[in-house]
Amino acid sequence: MVSPNSPEQSGGARPGQQPRSLSDVVIRLAGNSQDGIQSIGGFLARLAGRSDQDVMTYMTIPSTISGGPSIFQVRMGNGDILSAGDRADMLVAFYQHSYDAHIGSLRPGGILIYDSDHVAPPAGDNRFTSVAVPITTGTVEAVGGTSKDKGKNIFVLGLLARIFDLDVAKLTGLVKERFGGKNEDIVRNAMLAFDAGYAWPQNNIRDLFYRFDAVHAAAETTGRPQITIDGNTAMAYGLLAAGVRHGAGYPITPWSSIMEILRTELPKYGGVFVQCEDEIASISTAIGFSYTGQLAITGSSGPGLSLKMEALGWATMAEMPLIVINVQRGGPSTGMPTNVEQSDLMQAIYGSHGDTPRVVLAPKNVEDCFYIALEAARIARTYSTPVIILTDQGLSSRIEVFAEPDLAKVMVAPKLDLSERPATFKPYPLDAITQHAPPGARIGSGKYPTVTGLEHDEHGHPTGSPVLHQKMTAKRREKYKALAATLPAPELFGDESGEALIVTWGGCYGPAREALGRIRKAGFKAGHLHLRHIHPLPLGLEKTFAKYHRVVVAELNDEGMYGYGQLTMMLRAAYANPAIVSVTKTDGLTFKVSEIVAGVARHIESQALSATVGAASQSTLATR
Amino acid sequence: MSAPAVATPPPAPGAPLTKKALTADHPTWCPGCGDFAVLAAFYKVLEKLNYPQEKIVTFAGIGCSSRFPYFVNTHGGHFIHGRALPFAAGISLGRDDLHVFVFGGDGDGFSIGGNHLVHTARKNFKLTYVIMDNSVYGLTKKQTSPTSPVGFKSKTDPWGAIDQPINPMRTLVNSGATFVARSHATQVNHMIDTMLQAAKHDGFSVVEILSECVEFYEGAFDSSVPRKGGTFKTIDLKKGDGSPEDAQRHDPSSLEAAFKLANEAWPGSFGVFYQNKNAVTKNQLEANLIAKTREKTKNAPDLALLQATFARLR
Repeated sequence: MVSPNSPEQSGGARPGQQPRSLSDVVIRLAGNSQDGIQSIGGFLARLAGRSDQDVMTYMTIPSTISGGPSIFQVRMGNGDILSAGDRADMLVAFYQHSYDAHIGSLRPGGILIYDSDHVAPPAGDNRFTSVAVPITTGTVEAVGGTSKDKGKNIFVLGLLARIFDLDVAKLTGLVKERFGGKNEDIVRNAMLAFDAGYAWPQNNIRDLFYRFDAVHAAAETTGRPQITIDGNTAMAYGLLAAGVRHGAGYPITPWSSIMEILRTELPKYGGVFVQCEDEIASISTAIGFSYTGQLAITGSSGPGLSLKMEALGWATMAEMPLIVINVQRGGPSTGMPTNVEQSDLMQAIYGSHGDTPRVVLAPKNVEDCFYIALEAARIARTYSTPVIILTDQGLSSRIEVFAEPDLAKVMVAPKLDLSERPATFKPYPLDAITQHAPPGARIGSGKYPTVTGLEHDEHGHPTGSPVLHQKMTAKRREKYKALAATLPAPELFGDESGEALIVTWGGCYGPAREALGRIRKAGFKAGHLHLRHIHPLPLGLEKTFAKYHRVVVAELNDEGMYGYGQLTMMLRAAYANPAIVSVTKTDGLTFKVSEIVAGVARHIESQALSATVGAASQSTLATR
Repeated sequence: MSAPAVATPPPAPGAPLTKKALTADHPTWCPGCGDFAVLAAFYKVLEKLNYPQEKIVTFAGIGCSSRFPYFVNTHGGHFIHGRALPFAAGISLGRDDLHVFVFGGDGDGFSIGGNHLVHTARKNFKLTYVIMDNSVYGLTKKQTSPTSPVGFKSKTDPWGAIDQPINPMRTLVNSGATFVARSHATQVNHMIDTMLQAAKHDGFSVVEILSECVEFYEGAFDSSVPRKGGTFKTIDLKKGDGSPEDAQRHDPSSLEAAFKLANEAWPGSFGVFYQNKNAVTKNQLEANLIAKTREKTKNAPDLALLQATFARLR
């Protein structure tokens, strides 16, 4: 953190007191969804971004229409922040139910701040440093008037700014930016609440004073400004950067925010996004856009993807480029719509009917949501194919900080090729990858192509020929093998051989990398391989897998009837390697680092590694 | 089957469209099928419209009639059952320079695709939809369709259909479609005239054409075929000449009058039931939205727009 040393902004407010130094911290804010918990987290995350710190957040919002318990967890600090943290160093509890539900997530020695107007912790609990702050009355007194306790969140932000010696100028700047568009009273009330929180220190809160270590002049710094957004936002802007200008969708949580952003943004770029009557119409309209020579996007969450399956089969058969985003959530059916799961992998790869090969990609973190959209568009256009992006509820809503993409370098301009096609043009050549001639393009032969879901000859005319069906099925398969041969080797971290290789896809990347660090620190040789291209897989994985005693796939889905998660099943089928095993879970939450470590320990049958899991380190905030 | 090789060179750009240029595969319909006449009429319509051939798109869903695009030599295709309209909505909205025609049957349009019909109509996408209604599922060989009358004996209702059929005209007028007409496959000139008006309508135009399935529902529409003893009653449209007889003619801008026609006893009337010439198309509404938004951004290039957005996310 760049703590400015000017006295009016920083430690000068605490004469004679030296802050304890801190490399990173996990703060969990627990209240109700209408209290603006998310916005405290948002401000902290954005502040971290503007201070060259790394940050990761984790939130839950109840799926009820309004109200209900809600949490926001923010982990900020220096270096690579890879997960939202297994346990909190600090818990801010707004209500008794918040306290009851989340006290278990606070590390021993951690700090509990609670609203003494609503929460009464049991007397004599010495596990934590408990700080009572009358957050509600403090806010009401500060703001006054009719706003009641609105602004409690900003009051707490002031409190945290004081405790962690945050950059007040930057932070209040962010608050003003956020409320700037509204009337002046709102900004003034927010600042009153902030100042009241900042000035609160009474009783034992005065002892809490931390400062983040100065950011090391990291070699890997890109020199580009940091941006702070969630995964769905990154994905939507990735599509814009990829030159996608057309889309269609139907609302479903947690996909909706992508379509909301696209609906609002696309007209600026001369594009259009249609809200359709249902999921089927959405994918149909999107394929219609693509048919006109302009790559389009549709998306949904689990159940919606199921509804799109028939049309997706058509897109494989007719070989139409298309991007389909699936923001996975807990399933099946309506399931756990605001929780995370990776249980749509099989659906994404094998859903629909008949032999329907297609491409499946998954982003590894929020930043990658942006780049995976670019990769999806590139593949869809080059191979004239549907591409499914499997993101998830965790990635969709969590906020991370990353270096602003070099847009001048990565941005793709949309291109519509209406040039006349030569007389030899065929929509479905057996000896080449299909590249359609969109309507508007004259065809030299005077014979216009049909695109179709019926099995067809090279010109797109229906055929019942057994020989042609076999040849065309092979043609549709081979282009994916051609793609696979061009894919880069996936990222491999840690040891190139050893006891265990952790394999992940999607949002499990971060916790698995942290788990790898712990496992190697405990003296084990281990690696971590992360897959972004899931179908087709990059070539040569079997050689990597062979170098480890166990290949442990960590994924957020059920072990199923055969004891393996969905990617695990696929890898076992593809490579027939019995060393490939699973660590799975379906509690609707992202992996804790310790859960992956424990899973690896179980598979390599190591008591020693197991033992490290229990010994969770003391809170970094321990007052000792 | 492969298309027969055509040795003749393609027409030069700008040359008038001919039936020869528009003919593709030989239709796979049964001999005597009403759809042949619809196809012949459509060739005539395209000749009269004389759009550049490459700008015409012919699309369909699934069913006997939905084979249509294979027989018309334009860009086009064959989508999944019931979903040709949302697909065509994408074509229409994606490219304003194209002329989009969608063909389908009663099962495709009124049954599996019923919801899409209503929404494509109310949004008023600029395209023309021709429903070739034979009141039976033909491709799957004689099951009850949404327009089969009560008592129709099919393989799914061997004792005769018991469910009330849909009233296509009432459904279409009610859907918000801005051009609704009805024609008959035995009346080629009427079909040509009606489809021409539909194609020229600026908005969502839909024409239901009664087209007999000689294989599975022979004689379904005899009551409107004069040479079979029926009556082909056409709709006289108001001329606005103030004459006493003009007061009796149909005003297509009146929803009330359209519903009155739609509620006539079978076989009813043929012609334009309803036309709203003032409704703004979805295409225009989206274009307006883009123009207004682009004005606000001062027509900034894409890169500058996205860079500005990212600057706000710091």
